[in-house]
Amino acid sequence: MKQRPFLLSAEGVNKSFDGFKAIRDLNFHLEDGELRTVIGPNGAGKTTFLDLITGRTQPDSGRIEFEGLHNLGTLSEHAIYRLGIGRKFQTPTVYADHTVFENLVLSLSGSRGVFAALFFKLKSEQKDRIHEILETINLSTHAQRKAGTLAHGQKQWLEIGMLLAQEAKLLLIDEPAAGMTDEETARTGELLLSLAGKHTIMVIEHDMVFVRQISKGRKVSVLHQGSLLCEGPVDQVQSDERVIEVYLGRKHAR
Amino acid sequence: MNSNNRRELTAICILAAVMLGVMPALNAWIPEGQWLHVSNFTINVWGKYLAYGILAISVDLLWGFTGLLSLGQALFFSLGGYMLGMHLMLMIGKLGQYKSELPDFMVFLGHTFLPSFWQPFRSLAFAALMVVLVPAVIGKLFGYLAFRSRIKGVYFSILTQALTYGASLMFFRNDMLMGGNNGFTDFKTILGADIRSPGTQRALYIVTGLTLIAIYLGCRWLTRTKFGLIQRAIRDSETRVLFSGYAAANYKLFVFVVSAVIAAIGGALYVPQVGIINPSEMTPDKSLEAVVWVAVGGRGTLAGPVLGAVVVNALKSWATRAIPDLWLILLGGLFLLIVLFLPGGLVSLPNKLRELRSRLGKKSPDTTPTAVPNASAS
Repeated sequence: MKQRPFLLSAEGVNKSFDGFKAIRDLNFHLEDGELRTVIGPNGAGKTTFLDLITGRTQPDSGRIEFEGLHNLGTLSEHAIYRLGIGRKFQTPTVYADHTVFENLVLSLSGSRGVFAALFFKLKSEQKDRIHEILETINLSTHAQRKAGTLAHGQKQWLEIGMLLAQEAKLLLIDEPAAGMTDEETARTGELLLSLAGKHTIMVIEHDMVFVRQISKGRKVSVLHQGSLLCEGPVDQVQSDERVIEVYLGRKHAR
Repeated sequence: MNSNNRRELTAICILAAVMLGVMPALNAWIPEGQWLHVSNFTINVWGKYLAYGILAISVDLLWGFTGLLSLGQALFFSLGGYMLGMHLMLMIGKLGQYKSELPDFMVFLGHTFLPSFWQPFRSLAFAALMVVLVPAVIGKLFGYLAFRSRIKGVYFSILTQALTYGASLMFFRNDMLMGGNNGFTDFKTILGADIRSPGTQRALYIVTGLTLIAIYLGCRWLTRTKFGLIQRAIRDSETRVLFSGYAAANYKLFVFVVSAVIAAIGGALYVPQVGIINPSEMTPDKSLEAVVWVAVGGRGTLAGPVLGAVVVNALKSWATRAIPDLWLILLGGLFLLIVLFLPGGLVSLPNKLRELRSRLGKKSPDTTPTAVPNASAS
């Protein structure tokens, strides 16, 4: 008997690079509408997991399914994107030479064909949508600036905005707080919280203050050496013996 | 933005009027020896430069806008030339050395009848179609294989270079029936007119100029559509493009084919003006020379590469006569200087100077850096 399908489910996934097992027998399930935070020490396989979901690499064995229908291990990056999976990279990846506005135009959902791009005209409701997103990510006054000239935190927000423009069902967000000031971090947290519910969001993060901010009352997953160590509410996870040993414990030991 | 647009279009109109109206008129109606006369030689040389300008645009579309450094553009340029050359060879008729219906090189090789793939080239329309079709098909095939396997950066350059080199070796062979080492030359007529007469050469020059303008405007449109945005996005961050749902390979393939066709059109206009096409036009270093024009003029600007093609070739015409041994050193030096001190190319010179002037003498109030489209504000 099949249960109610998860938005994303990974079953028995393995992936190694040159003999190094980055992901080992990983089982992971994400429900529709969740905001899930994934934590874990360096090398736990968090980013590799995102690479596997988004088609950047393929699993050696196991299966990653989206909406219970699509086997992500067999699809290319752009095909996976079109299913509604958007990814924000660890280092902000925006089009530096394009304006903020153009960055969002390129991310708008819609046809991705060559000829559609030749005869593309921005419709007024698309323009409105972009302005709405600019409002959400706090960049309204910077619409015509080149994205390369934005501050680090603003680039991160722009990248999140690009995922919104895409109307992604699942947002994969890799270390959004990295390199941000405390204030920027807090605002990023608010931004993600405001999106929770409308989108399913999976956040990978190191910064525990930030994790506590966004996962209050929500599930947190801990990855360790490529597999799932434990899952549960943030307080419970933080007091888990194994977690303290592999992750927090090392911090305390210093 | 809009006033910039208007200024650019006005500049094109003025340039076109002078170069394609006034210059040919002075050539046709002012008798030789008078001060204002424009010589046949000048017209011919400029016709050649403009054909090179078309080639430069094709390189810019690939390298400047999409970040694909192709060293195969000389191949497509030559292919275009060869396709038109086949027609011109057949138009020689019995006026050749051997007084035969066959092109001289075929008689020389002992052929008695025209090979079947040469037959349809009696029609100029068919030849013109092939100018477009042959490079498009080869470009599509090669591009499909290269981009599907995600060949990028320097590997792509090397592969295009290998393709060009391989093709030139093929064309050197006599049994290819494309004139071998000597290629095609000794053309007599085009559309029934004496190909070497000043009138025909003048017409070819004007046609080349008009084609250049049409291609320039076409590419200008292309690079300003959403397609153009994606082109530049691929250049700057291909990974992000993939993760924004675009199949970058399809976009690159499209640009590659369009550039191949543009280069071929340039080649087809070049050949009747210089009167010869042979495999030495098809070498990787010819492609590299075109890359230098683009770098000197300013990559990613369309106008810059045309300017670069004219300036570098004018310099070449002078230098290969005045200081033939030093020409390559001069070319290399120019390339280095531009890359080091003027990365935006010659077209960025006015802005650079304005910047410099405002930095030296802070007095002039009209120099605000906001007028500089390429400079980042902070």
